[in-house]
This record gives sequence, structure tokens and C-alpha cells, in this order.
Amino acid sequence: MEWLQQLINGISLGSIYALIALGYTMVYGIIKLINFAHGDVFMIGAFIGFFAISRWDLGFFPALLLAMVVCALLGVFIERVAYKRLRNATRIAALITAIGVSLLIEYTTIFFRGAQPEAYPNVVSSKTFQFLGAQISMQSIMILSVSIVLMLILQFIVHKTKIGKAMRAVSYDVEAARLMGINVDNTISVTFAIGSALAGAAGVIFGVYYTKIDPLMGIIPGVKAFVAAVLGGIGIIPGAVAGGMVLGVVETIVSALGFSSWRDAAAFIILILILIFRPSGIFGKNTREKV
Amino acid sequence: MLTINEINVFYGNIQALKGVSLEVNEGEIVTLIGANGAGKSTLLKTVSGLLKPKQGTIEFQGKTIAGKAAQTIVKAGISHVPEGRRVFSNMSVEENLDLGAYLRKDHKAVAEDKERIFKIFPILLERRKQLSGTLSGGEQQMLAMGRAIMARPKLLLLDEPSMGLAPLMVKTIFHTIEEIRKEGTTILLVEQNAHMALSIADRAYVIETGHVVLSGLAKDLQEAEQVKAAYLGGL
Repeated sequence: MEWLQQLINGISLGSIYALIALGYTMVYGIIKLINFAHGDVFMIGAFIGFFAISRWDLGFFPALLLAMVVCALLGVFIERVAYKRLRNATRIAALITAIGVSLLIEYTTIFFRGAQPEAYPNVVSSKTFQFLGAQISMQSIMILSVSIVLMLILQFIVHKTKIGKAMRAVSYDVEAARLMGINVDNTISVTFAIGSALAGAAGVIFGVYYTKIDPLMGIIPGVKAFVAAVLGGIGIIPGAVAGGMVLGVVETIVSALGFSSWRDAAAFIILILILIFRPSGIFGKNTREKV
Repeated sequence: MLTINEINVFYGNIQALKGVSLEVNEGEIVTLIGANGAGKSTLLKTVSGLLKPKQGTIEFQGKTIAGKAAQTIVKAGISHVPEGRRVFSNMSVEENLDLGAYLRKDHKAVAEDKERIFKIFPILLERRKQLSGTLSGGEQQMLAMGRAIMARPKLLLLDEPSMGLAPLMVKTIFHTIEEIRKEGTTILLVEQNAHMALSIADRAYVIETGHVVLSGLAKDLQEAEQVKAAYLGGL
């Protein structure tokens, strides 16, 4: 069952992309900014998890939680310091700032600890078991279940809580949201916090699964998660999950077919195709609206 | 209740309101009429905190509110139904109403108010689970008004509630405005449909290119030559 095996690998990879893509899409949804520093928040999450496990002897879940909290704070800090004052500036100014923040995080990390990679400690049992002839590792199961739980929590927050309603209101119409008494600045901060926490979780999961982390590790997964967000329809939350999964599975299949050197190219070919043929993404639709 | 004194409001370098003063007393319906671009919406946006006046003062129940954040003004008791309704089309009717009560913590009273709004606008009850973007223009106007009432405002600002609606719907909406006033909410109504607005208002202001050019009792303005010529279709 080679195919089932590849599908499982693809979904594991895809759920990491999906977690990162959620942050891209939420931030875009609310302030129409592609936050290119998002991949670096993911990297910081991986390092926090690394230190938590190897230096402070924390288990997987406490390390995951700590990485999420630190990344949430980092996300809010980035928003308040770099993006908030650009709220009314042109979009290109905000975009260039995001690239600047990304470089700043990467090279500040290198400045403090060097550019050498780090081997992630083994915290999740590497046991495998057979399922319909495929080898499934505990790690895959762990990644998938953590991702699913986080996505369910996100879904709950966005649809059932007051702050979730405020987030959707602000992303739809900032001025009308203000008239409801919604504190727009706080709502944007919460959005950054949640998106960054998910990226932090993805960082820890990535470290556990791929075992090697370094200060520039956020670039490629960050860009691919961006592709995933566009693929699903930027600004649409279920789209980010679907886009991430599709991308993960496609990449794994491309590798399995023996074109592993084309793996990264596959993501960008998808991006080009989606921009040509369906720029609004899989879930993007013409909004039904009467004026 | 609301006292606006000599406010100047700018969009960049363009001055939209030039020394405008206006007063609304408790229990009144006051209407502000004028042509497109005269500054009517700007005035409402300044009262609700979306715009800040460069000079001048705005007092609500004795407290200054000029330049305060929109959420502070909502909390003080002013709700604004914006021009073009601006309902959250991506959310259900009920979620829109819930957002209207965003700052309230008295959940039981909020639920009662929602029932009350469903009584005023039965169509909203019928469509409570429907996405609000699928409602007709008149239904969206009802929703926008219901959403604003959910905040339990003392003063309701209405910006062009009749815009783009069929005559029968306009009648319904204006009838509802009178009902809302009867329940104790003061109303500041901006309208291009001067005829309808003057027929339900107690007092009126006429605004032209950022200046208040005329004010008085609504029934007097209905007879004023200047108003007849410019806003009531001549003769």
C-alpha cells in the first residue's frame, strides 16, 4: 500500500502548511496584508519548542503550549510596532515592511545564536504500526491530531465566541464594526495572536517531524503556506486548511513519483496555475449581495 | 440632549462642515435635509466618532464626545445606522443583531430586546438564520435599524433610510421610525427625501455645502419657499 503511505505523509505535511496558512489568511482577511514575517514566527516557534524540550526538559505538550504563547505575544508585538502605524498607508508600504520584519527576525536570530542548524530532540515515540499495509508512525498521528484539534478550536472561536464575531465583522467592514462599538485595534491584535500561535504550534510540530531546524527554516514553508492560502482562497479560513492539505499531498506525490527535486517547483506551479485560472482560489466565490 | 457647536470637519484639505451648530432635544425627531455632498453624512459620522472635528464641540447629555472613540460613543448611548445600511452580509440576520449588542453584558435583556425587534420587524424573525446579504434592500434597512436598536441607544442616528427603496417600503420604514420614537428613543434623521422627512419630524435643519442655511419647526419649513423650491420639487 505505497499510495496510502504517501497519502498519510502528504496529509501530515499538509497539516503543517495548513496551520501556517491559517495565520496568513486570517491576517489578510482582517487587514488585507500579506504578512511575510509569518514564516519567521513559525521558525521562532520551532526554536522555543526546541529550547523548552532540550534545555528545560519540558514534555511535548507543555513545549507546544509555550511556543504558542510566545509566538502569540511576538505576533501582537510585530503588529503593534510595525504594521499598526501603516494601517492607512498604501498596501505596498505595508508589504515591504513585512518583508523587512521577516529579514529582521531571521538575522536577529542568527546574530544571537548563529546560523547552524539544531537537531530536534525526540519527544514523541517513534513507534510505527501497520495499517492496511502502510507504515504509520506515532508522529504522523500526533501531528494530525494536534492540527485537527487546533483547527476545531479555531473554528469554535471564529464562529461561536464574541471575539470571533468581532473578527468577522472587522474583516467585512471596519467602519460598520466601529459603529457596533467593536474595538478594532484590539480585534486586529487578537487576530495576530491567534494566527501567530498556530504558526508557533506548526513550528514545534515541524521540528518533531523533520528533526532539523535552523534560523532560515521559515522561508520555504512560509512561502508554501502562502501558496496554500491563495490556493484555498485568501481570507477564507476553511480554504487555508484545504489548500494546505492539497499542497502537502501534491508535493508528496511528486516526490513519490521520483521527481523529488521538483517538489518545491510543484508548489509554485500550482500558484501560477491558480493565479491564471482561478485567482479567487478553490473556496473563493462571487459574493452574493444585494445592494 | 445633543448639542453640536460650531464644528469644522475636514477630509484632508477639503472642508466638509463649516461651523455647523445643531441641537437635538430628548424625545424629538430632528431631520437634516440637503443635497448630495452637502455634508449630512459627515455630520453623523462626526457625532458617532468615525470622524473627528478639527474645531468645535459636541456634547451629549452634558458630556463632551467630540473626538472620542466610536466605542465610547456607542457606550454613551448613540447608535448610528450608516448610509447604505452596511449590514454584515457574510453573517446571518441573528448574528448581525447580536453584534448590535456587542458592548452589552446584560444577556437576559439583550435576548428580550431581540424578541422585541422580531416583533417590530417580523420578516427578520422569518429570516433569522439566513445570510443577511441575501435580504432585499428594505429588509436590510430593517436589519440595520434593528441592529442599532440592539445597543439600546438613547439617540439614534439614521442616514438615508429611504435610499433605493420602493415607495411602499419607504412608508413602512418611516412608520417604524415614528414607532421607535414613541418607545422613547430620540432620533436624528438625515434624508434626501425631504417630503417624507419633514412629515414625521418635529424640527429640521437645511444644510448646503457644509453650512446650515435654515432651521426651524418641520411644519414651518414645509411651507418655506426656499425649501419648497430646492427640496420639495418646486412650485
